[in-house]
Amino acid sequence: MGLALLALIWLITFVSTYFFVAKTWWFPVGASASAAWIDHQFAVTFILMGIVFVAAQGALGLFVWQYRDRGATQPVHYSHGNAKLEIIWTVLTAVLFIGLNLMGSRVWATERFDPPEVGAVPVEATGLQFAWYFRYPGPDGKYGRTKAELEDASAGGESAVGLDPSDAASKDDIVSGTMYIPVNREVDLALRAQDVIHSLFIPSMRFKQDAVPGLIIHMHFKPIQTGDYEIACAELCGLGHYKMHGMLKVVSQEEFDKWLASKEAEKQ
Amino acid sequence: MATLSPTVAVKYPQTRHGGGSGAPPTHGNGGGDGRGANGSPDYGERLRRARLGLVVGLTPVIMMFVSFTSAYIVRKGLPTVDPRTNSYVHDWLSVNIPWGLLLVNTVILLISSVTMELARRQITRQAALAPVSSIPGVSLGEEKTFPWLGVTVVLGLGFLIGQWMAWQELAARGFYLATSASSSFVYLLTGMHAIHLAGGILALLFAAATSLLRKPVEGRRIVVDITAWYWHFMALLWIYIFALIEIAR
Amino acid sequence: MASTEIIHAHAAPQGFIRKYIFSLDHKVIGLQYYFLALIAVFVGMGLSLLMRIHLIWPNANLPIFGAIKPETYLMFLTMHGTIMVFFVLTTAPQGGFGNYFLPIQIGAPDMAFPTLNMLSFWTTFVAFVVLVAAFFVGAPLHGWTGYAPLSAVPSAGPGEGLGADLWITSIAIFCAASLMGALNFITTVLDMRAKGMTMMRMPLTCWAWFITAILGLLAFGVLLAAGILLLMDRNLGTSFFVPGGLNFTGQTSFPTGGFSSSTDLIKHNGGSPLLWQHLFWFFGHPEVYIAILPGMGVASQLLSTFSRKPIFGYRAMVYAMLGIGILGFVVWGHHMFMSGMSPYTAFAFSIMTMAIGVPSAIKTFNWLGTLYQGRVRFHTPMLFAIGFVSLFVSGGLSGPFLAQPVLDIPLHDTYFVVGHFHLIMGVAAIFGIFAATYYWFPKMFGRMMSEGLGRWHFFLTLLGTYAIFMPMHYLGLAGQTRRYSEFTQVAYQTKLIPLQTFITYAAIVTISAQFIFLFNLFWSMAKGKKATDNPWEATTLEWTTATPPPHDNFGGRTPVVSHGPYEYSVPGAARDFVMQNDPATTPAH
Ligand code: HEM
Ligand SMILES: [Cu+2]
Ligand SMILES: [Cu+2]
Repeated sequence: MGLALLALIWLITFVSTYFFVAKTWWFPVGASASAAWIDHQFAVTFILMGIVFVAAQGALGLFVWQYRDRGATQPVHYSHGNAKLEIIWTVLTAVLFIGLNLMGSRVWATERFDPPEVGAVPVEATGLQFAWYFRYPGPDGKYGRTKAELEDASAGGESAVGLDPSDAASKDDIVSGTMYIPVNREVDLALRAQDVIHSLFIPSMRFKQDAVPGLIIHMHFKPIQTGDYEIACAELCGLGHYKMHGMLKVVSQEEFDKWLASKEAEKQ
Repeated sequence: MATLSPTVAVKYPQTRHGGGSGAPPTHGNGGGDGRGANGSPDYGERLRRARLGLVVGLTPVIMMFVSFTSAYIVRKGLPTVDPRTNSYVHDWLSVNIPWGLLLVNTVILLISSVTMELARRQITRQAALAPVSSIPGVSLGEEKTFPWLGVTVVLGLGFLIGQWMAWQELAARGFYLATSASSSFVYLLTGMHAIHLAGGILALLFAAATSLLRKPVEGRRIVVDITAWYWHFMALLWIYIFALIEIAR
Repeated sequence: MASTEIIHAHAAPQGFIRKYIFSLDHKVIGLQYYFLALIAVFVGMGLSLLMRIHLIWPNANLPIFGAIKPETYLMFLTMHGTIMVFFVLTTAPQGGFGNYFLPIQIGAPDMAFPTLNMLSFWTTFVAFVVLVAAFFVGAPLHGWTGYAPLSAVPSAGPGEGLGADLWITSIAIFCAASLMGALNFITTVLDMRAKGMTMMRMPLTCWAWFITAILGLLAFGVLLAAGILLLMDRNLGTSFFVPGGLNFTGQTSFPTGGFSSSTDLIKHNGGSPLLWQHLFWFFGHPEVYIAILPGMGVASQLLSTFSRKPIFGYRAMVYAMLGIGILGFVVWGHHMFMSGMSPYTAFAFSIMTMAIGVPSAIKTFNWLGTLYQGRVRFHTPMLFAIGFVSLFVSGGLSGPFLAQPVLDIPLHDTYFVVGHFHLIMGVAAIFGIFAATYYWFPKMFGRMMSEGLGRWHFFLTLLGTYAIFMPMHYLGLAGQTRRYSEFTQVAYQTKLIPLQTFITYAAIVTISAQFIFLFNLFWSMAKGKKATDNPWEATTLEWTTATPPPHDNFGGRTPVVSHGPYEYSVPGAARDFVMQNDPATTPAH
C-alpha cells in the first residue's frame, strides 16, 4: 500500500510538472510592453513554487512508504515537534512569499500608478450585453456626450454607445466593433459598461480590467507587435458571456491613420 | 480493544498538561447539561451559559450593523457617475430627519431600559427566594410585584410606534425609501433596529406566557435576564444609529 | 484505564418524531446535517456532470434535459456553486461531524443549547428547500458570487427574476442557520469541556471547529447584511448596488431562448457594484476557510493516529489555525484586483494574502513532520488524510500566483482560478469529509466500512480529481476564461477543446467512482463488520465510550482528562497509545 501511494503521488507530481515545464499549454506570445515583465515574474514564481511543490509531494510520497507500518518492532520517534525547525520554516516562507510579492509590485506600480505617456491614443471601450464597442474621439480629441436613453444595441455602432448627435464634440467621434491601435504607442483606455460588469481581457497583451457600470476606469498599455489579437470577456455578464468576444488589430501608424480617416469619411 | 476499563478513582490533575492560556476546566459537576449532581436543573449554570451565549450571539448583530455602517460611510464619500453627463458627481442628499420625534423615542427607549432593569432585578429576587417560599409554612409576606415587565413591553411598543411615526414624518417631508441613498440608509438602519427590538418584545411576551403556565420562576428568570441585557444593547445600538444618521448626514 | 465521574444521566426521548426528526440530541442532528449534505453533494455533482457534458457537446440532446441552452448552463453553474459551498462544504464538516463529535471529544453530554441546535438544522433544511425551489421557477445565472448589477436587476437575464429572489432568500436563511450553529459551537467549547480538558488539550478537530465557528459568527452576519441590501435593491427600488443609467437593450439583440428583456432604463441611481463585491468577499474569503479548516483538523487527527506518533507541533498547529482565521478577514480584496478597486489597496491586500500563505505552509510542514519516523497504517481514513495533504499542497501553491496582482492580470477569472479553488477548497475539503466518514463511521453506526471498496474509492478519486483539476491550470494559462458555456466562439479557445474533452472524461470516471462510496456507506451500515469501541486504537474521548454512543454520550459518567490528545508510542507506556482519560499516572509526555 505504501508503495502504491508513493507511486501514485510521484506520478501525479511528475505528470503535473511535466506539462507545466513542457509548456504544452501556455500563455500566448506576449505582445505588449509589460508582457515581458509579467512573464518574468511568473517564471520566478513558477520556479520557486515548483520547487516547493516537487519537494513537498516528493517527501509526502517518500515518508508514507519509508515509514509504513512494519510491525511493532519498528521504532517510532516520540516527539511533539521542534520549535527551532518551526521558526526557521516560518521565517523562510515569510521571506519567500513577501519577497516574491515585493518583486512583482514594481510592474503593477508602473502599470497602474503612472499616468499614460504623452501622445497616447485615447480609446473608450464600452461593454454591453454582449459586445464590445470602441470609441475614438476624432480630431478634436474630445469624446462627445452619450446618453443612456439613446443606447440601442440592436442598431450597433454609434447608437449602441448612445452617442448624442446634438453635441458638437460627438460629430467626429468614431465607434467601431473592432479595436484598432497603432503599434508602439500607448493606449489610453477608458472602460465603461452599460448594463452589468464585463471584463476586457486581451491575453496577448497581458491585459485585463473589469468594465463596471457607474465607473469610468482608466488604464493604459502599449502594444509592441502588430497583429490580430482576440479579446474575450472575463466577467460573467449573462447568458451570452461566452460569445462576447472582439478583435484587437495592432497596426502600423500609417495604417491606423488611414483607417481613422476612412472612418471619418464614412461619417460625413 | 476494550478501553472501558473499571473505573478507578483518580485524583484530578493539578498541573495542567501543556500549560497554555486555556480557560480552567469549567464545570464542577461535570454534567455540563445544566443539571446538578442530584438531577435537578442547575439554574445558576444555565444562566451563566445563556449569558455567554448572548454575548456570542450579539457578535453577528454587531457585524451586521458594522457592514451597514461601512456601506453608509463609503456610499456617502463616494462620487458616482451621473449618467446624464458621464462625469463623477457627489450626489449625497442630506436627509431632513425628524429629530425632535426621534429624541422623544430615544427617551422612551431609555426609560424602557430602566424598567427592564427593574424587572430583571425583581425576578432575580423572586428566583432567589423561590426555594424558600416553596417550603410549606414559610411565608415571606406579600411582596408587592409591580409589573415592570409589562411596562417595558408597553414602552417598547411605544418606541416602535414612535419610529413608525418618524417614518411617516420622513415620507411627509418627501424622503421615501428609494428617494436617495441617504434616505435608504435611514430607513434601513431604523428598520433593522426595530426588527431586532421586536424580537426582544417577543422574548418578553414569551416570558410572560411561561409565568401563566406556572413554569418555575428560575426558568423565566433566565429568559428575562438575557432579554434585559439584549434590551440594554438595543438601547445602546439605537443611540449609535441615531448619532450616525444625525452626524453623518 | 478510564477514569470517570458518575453523574446523573438524563433520559433519552421516546417516540420516532422526538427521537429522529425534531431530535435535540447533537448526534442525531449531526447525522441529519450529514445526510442533507450527502443529498446536496450528489445534486451538485450531477449538475457538474451535466455542465461538463454541455461544454464538450453543446448541442447534444440529453435524455430528460434535452438540449442545454447557454442560460441553462449558467443556472446549473450557479446552483452547483451555491449548493457545494453552502450545503456541502459548510454543512457536512461543521454541522455534520462537528455536531456529532465536538461534544463527545470535549467530554460533554450535548451541545450548550440543544433546542437552538435543532432549530439551526431545520433552518438549514428550509434554506435548502428554498434554493431547490429556485430550480422550478428558473434559477439565476449570476454564479455563486452573485455580482451586482447582474444579480440586482430582473431584466439582466433569465432567472434573474423570482429565481434570483429565491436564491438570495435561501442564502439569507442559511446565514441565520449558520449563526445559530456558530453560537452553539462557541459556547459549547468555552463552557462545557470536561474536567481536565484544557483548551490546549483539545483535539485539533475541536480547535478547527471552534475557529470555524468564530469565522462563521463574524462572516455570516455580513453576508446577511449584503443579502438584505440586495433584496431591497431588487424589490424596493433602493440603489445600494445599482448605479444609474443602466440600459438592457443588449438582450434584445440576442435571440436565444424565450427571454424578452425590458428596454426601459432601469430606475436606479448612484449605487456601487463594487460595494457588493466588498461585502460578499468580506464574507467570501473567511468562507473558504470555513470550508477547509475542519478538514485540516481531521487531517491532523488522522495523520497522528495512523502514524502512531504525536502530532508535530501541536501549538504551532493551533496558532497557525488562529493566524489563518485572523488574516482571513483582511485579504478579501484579493478577489478584486481586476475590479476597478484602487491599485494601492490591491497592494495591501496582496501583502496580507501572501502572509496568510505562511500559516498554511506551517501546517503542511507539520503534517509531513508527523509522518516522519512514524509507523504509518494505511486504513482508508488515513489514505484520504494523505490525499488531503497532497491536494492542499497542490491547491495552495497556486495561491501565491493569484495573490500577486500582476500575475492575477492574466490569471483572474480563468480556469487557473477554477483549478486553484477546486483543489484546495473543493476537493481537499471533500477529502476531509471522506476521511472523517471512514474514520468515524464505526463510532456512528457500530460497523466498519469495507476497506477494499474504500481503497478503490480512494485511488480512483485521487487520480480522478487531479486529472480534472490539474489541467484546468494549463487551460487558465492559455487564457481560457471561466463561466463560459461553450468554447466555440473564441478562436484561441477552440484549440483547447481536446484538453477540455479529456477533463470531461475524467469527470465522468471520477463521478462514477463516487457510487462506490455511496454503496459502501449504505452496505456497511447494514452488513459491515461489527466495530469495537476503539477500532483505530485512537486516544480521543469518543473512543472511550460505547459504540454507538449512548444518548448522553458517556452513559451517566463524564470523563476526566489527564492527557493531551495525541499521545502515541509514549516510551514506557504499556500500549502504543495513551488515551486522554487514562489515569494521570500513565507515563506520557
Ligand atoms: C487554504 C485554503 C484556501 C481556499 C479554500 C481557497 C479558496 C479560494 C476560492 C474559492 C477562490 C475563488 C475565486 C473565484 O471564485 O474567482 C480563491 C481565489 C483566490 N485565492 Fe484562494 N484559497 C485558499 C488558499 C489560498 C492561499 C494560500 C492563497 C495565497 C497565498 C490564496 C489566494 C487566492 C487568490 C489571490 C484568489 C483570487 C484569484 C482571482 O480572483 O483571480 N488562496 N481561493
Ligand atoms: Cu461577459
Ligand atoms: Cu479569498
